Amino acid sequence: MISQEVVQKVLAAAVSRGGEFAEIFAEDKKSSSAAFDDGKVEELSSGISRGAGIRVVVGDTTGFAHTADLSEAGLMRAAEAARSVALSAGSGTKTVALEPGTEHLLPKDILLPSQVGKKEKIELLQQMNHVARSTSGSIKQVSAGYGDSHRRILVANTDGVFATDEQVRTRIAVSVVAFGDTGMQTGYETAAFTMGFEMFEDVDIEELASLAANRAVRKLSARPAPSGTLPVVLQGGSGGILFHEACGHGLEADHIIKDSSVYKGKVGELVASPLITLVDDGTVQRQWGTAKIDDEGRPSQRNILIKDGVLTDYMWDELRARKSNRASSGNGRRQSYQHLPMVRMTNTYLLEGSEKPETIIENTRHGVYVARLGGGQVNTATGDFVFGMTEAYLIEDGEITEPLRDANLIGNGPEVLKNIDAVADDFSITPGTCGKDGQSVPVGCGQATVRIKEVTIGGTANG
Amino acid sequence: MDDLEIIAEKIVSQAMPGEEVEAFVAWDEETSIRIYNGAIENLSKSQSSGVGIRIVSNHRQGFAWAGTLDPSAVEFAMAEARDNASFATEDEYLGLGTPDDVAPKDLDLWRDDLSSHSTDEKVSLALELESAVKNSDKRIKSVESANYGDVSSTATVLTNTGMKASYRQTFSFISAYAIAVENDETQTGGGYSVGRTLSELDLDKAASDATRRATRLLGASKPPSARMTVLFDPQVTTTLLAIISGTLSGEAVIKGRSLFAGRLNEQVASATVSLVDDPTNPFAFGASVFDAEGYASRSNSLIADGVLQGFLYDTYSARRAGVSTTASAVRGGFSSTPGVGARALYLTPGTKSQPELIESIENGVLVQNISGVHSGVNPISGDFSVGAEGLLIKSGKLGSPVKEFTIASSLQRMLQEVVAVGNDVEWIPSVAAGVSLVVEGISLSGI
Repeated sequence: MISQEVVQKVLAAAVSRGGEFAEIFAEDKKSSSAAFDDGKVEELSSGISRGAGIRVVVGDTTGFAHTADLSEAGLMRAAEAARSVALSAGSGTKTVALEPGTEHLLPKDILLPSQVGKKEKIELLQQMNHVARSTSGSIKQVSAGYGDSHRRILVANTDGVFATDEQVRTRIAVSVVAFGDTGMQTGYETAAFTMGFEMFEDVDIEELASLAANRAVRKLSARPAPSGTLPVVLQGGSGGILFHEACGHGLEADHIIKDSSVYKGKVGELVASPLITLVDDGTVQRQWGTAKIDDEGRPSQRNILIKDGVLTDYMWDELRARKSNRASSGNGRRQSYQHLPMVRMTNTYLLEGSEKPETIIENTRHGVYVARLGGGQVNTATGDFVFGMTEAYLIEDGEITEPLRDANLIGNGPEVLKNIDAVADDFSITPGTCGKDGQSVPVGCGQATVRIKEVTIGGTANG
Repeated sequence: MDDLEIIAEKIVSQAMPGEEVEAFVAWDEETSIRIYNGAIENLSKSQSSGVGIRIVSNHRQGFAWAGTLDPSAVEFAMAEARDNASFATEDEYLGLGTPDDVAPKDLDLWRDDLSSHSTDEKVSLALELESAVKNSDKRIKSVESANYGDVSSTATVLTNTGMKASYRQTFSFISAYAIAVENDETQTGGGYSVGRTLSELDLDKAASDATRRATRLLGASKPPSARMTVLFDPQVTTTLLAIISGTLSGEAVIKGRSLFAGRLNEQVASATVSLVDDPTNPFAFGASVFDAEGYASRSNSLIADGVLQGFLYDTYSARRAGVSTTASAVRGGFSSTPGVGARALYLTPGTKSQPELIESIENGVLVQNISGVHSGVNPISGDFSVGAEGLLIKSGKLGSPVKEFTIASSLQRMLQEVVAVGNDVEWIPSVAAGVSLVVEGISLSGI
């Protein structure tokens, strides 16, 4: 994308007026998507973006500028803008030695988005539409979406990092509306991986479509969710997002440094049930939050955050790590070259336990079984969270019974972690998009079936 | 702006026989400053531009975009848009808009002076905001961030079917997020002010809102479950209106996703509710002279005295519904095609201020924040269940703070149960204005 020689010159210029760290992040990304809705191939879209972001760190201050002009002159202009935060005149001569890192190659068996015809991509959506609609007469509307991206990045900094990577991601989703006497209900399913079109050799799109359709249909006969404090069993893979939101964000070093996390100063303390081991792992093969390097050029790592209930470490990016005089944990990520990196999760999950999911349900007299959690929100300073249940059932006398209408779970992250009293052995990871400070990045969230002793259920009106 | 028009003209001139071509070319300049602990944490200045190309040929639509105005990337987008169209399903209603007779209003949404303010002035403003929040109350332990940001944006929409519109606007804001601590308990609260240039920002308001919202929740407990009257703070009303606007989209109606489909001229809300989308109101954050397809913006009545008056349409959904466009095409930027959306919703205000509304409530809760909106509100079924925090209202007076509870109802029922709208309309950076709103019969679950 940019030669090593130009990178060296630009970095030297970036720190020529002072500053202890400068970085250039260049990105070339092609993406395409297809949308099927209302029985029609509604839209195919293709996009291209290319550019570089340059940052200069002077003390506690970061200057940043980005440009779509990757020529030497364009990059130099961005470097000048970024270094405007450095006030000293500087000597103007600083040499930067770069150490090129391992070259990361894509897997040999990858099917790149560009190698697959648009027709084939559309056929997946048509097939999902067909399957969803034939599931039940009450299916009234189906929409399906496909997306892929091929991103090449180059990161270099004044510490000598010079790294490149190529990342291919593919996703598919289906959303179904069912109509009955009680009104309309919806069902949604998605699959997404850091891989190419070969993903569809493993992903059963018909199953996704029928899962979504059945979910919508079942909810037509759902009763209002009960409200109040109840035991909740989260199905394996259904609720990892709760731990991502309610615990993961509070373990990001930027929140710790700014005193806006409940986990500040708690390393070495028991912060969760001893059944809990929480990991953030950017190396899990092909998962949505996986990459060989983070967006600061550091190899991805598997980081243990909580071990047997004891807080072991936070997640770090370059900037926060420098301040605390330690190494980054490979958690520096950004949405694009137009954004500054910050501490972000990759794939965050609870390690599985030894119980059988059936046993956990049998041992719950009265509670709620959550088969799918929707999105959520958390206040990292207090740990308070809210999550939507998009597929849930009543548990009565140890058995899953009636489906429940959509409602919210509400609680406090640290309390929930302490309140987990059973962890099963059926681990799985689900893809998601994590938003922080206006930036979105792909992440994975995972967990086995777990039981939370008590959590507040918002209830559906009339519940 | 001339440059954008030249690029757009070049794209549109490449239309082949039988093709309708739309070029949307946009250019933004942004400054973003974040202050922490009396120093600049981040300072970013950038310009970005891009183009989105829509081609309709034989009633099939294709789209492609480029995040740069580099000629080779624009060429790529043109070729891809054309190719993408060939894979889409034929749809007789598809096609680009043609000019109508509504004249554009002269809205003053651009401030020349924004670019004359130095970066230092902007930094000082954010620094001043941080210290104002810090010194406002002993319980404010820190300010997680104090921000200044501005954007100047210009865009051109041009088609070979006669649509031609160029528009520009400036926008400037400050915000702060305060952390309050008392007796080992932490609460947070944000405040902000928006305008079109620096002199339109109200620093005192941003600071006092952040402080008040963080400190008044200290000592909050979980309230007992009950059914009660809820007074929504203006910001929360904005969120509610934004959700409701999705159900009033003609596109949602056509596709069977609106809970208001088939209810035109029916009483869908209490008689207190009159809802208008008026992007020609220059105070609205979403105001613009044209919509995303180049039609002159106009005021659309959606609900009048509780009766459903109409839906919002863009060219496609209007053709399919057999009506005229309401100039309600919106787009997220050059990388997406236009869709239907509200831009400047507001409820016709009532006569009472928020303190007067509080006086009229015997037993209720003032809701300051709601959370989990994306997961807890289903705009298709209308199910509504969100997390909330705020203050109890007892015998017409604000009482103790409450948190970690949910409020549940349905969108349909909440609209019917609106008993009062405040007189405190506040233009918030969203598609809807805020105003205090009193709704009865909401299930609150806590303990």
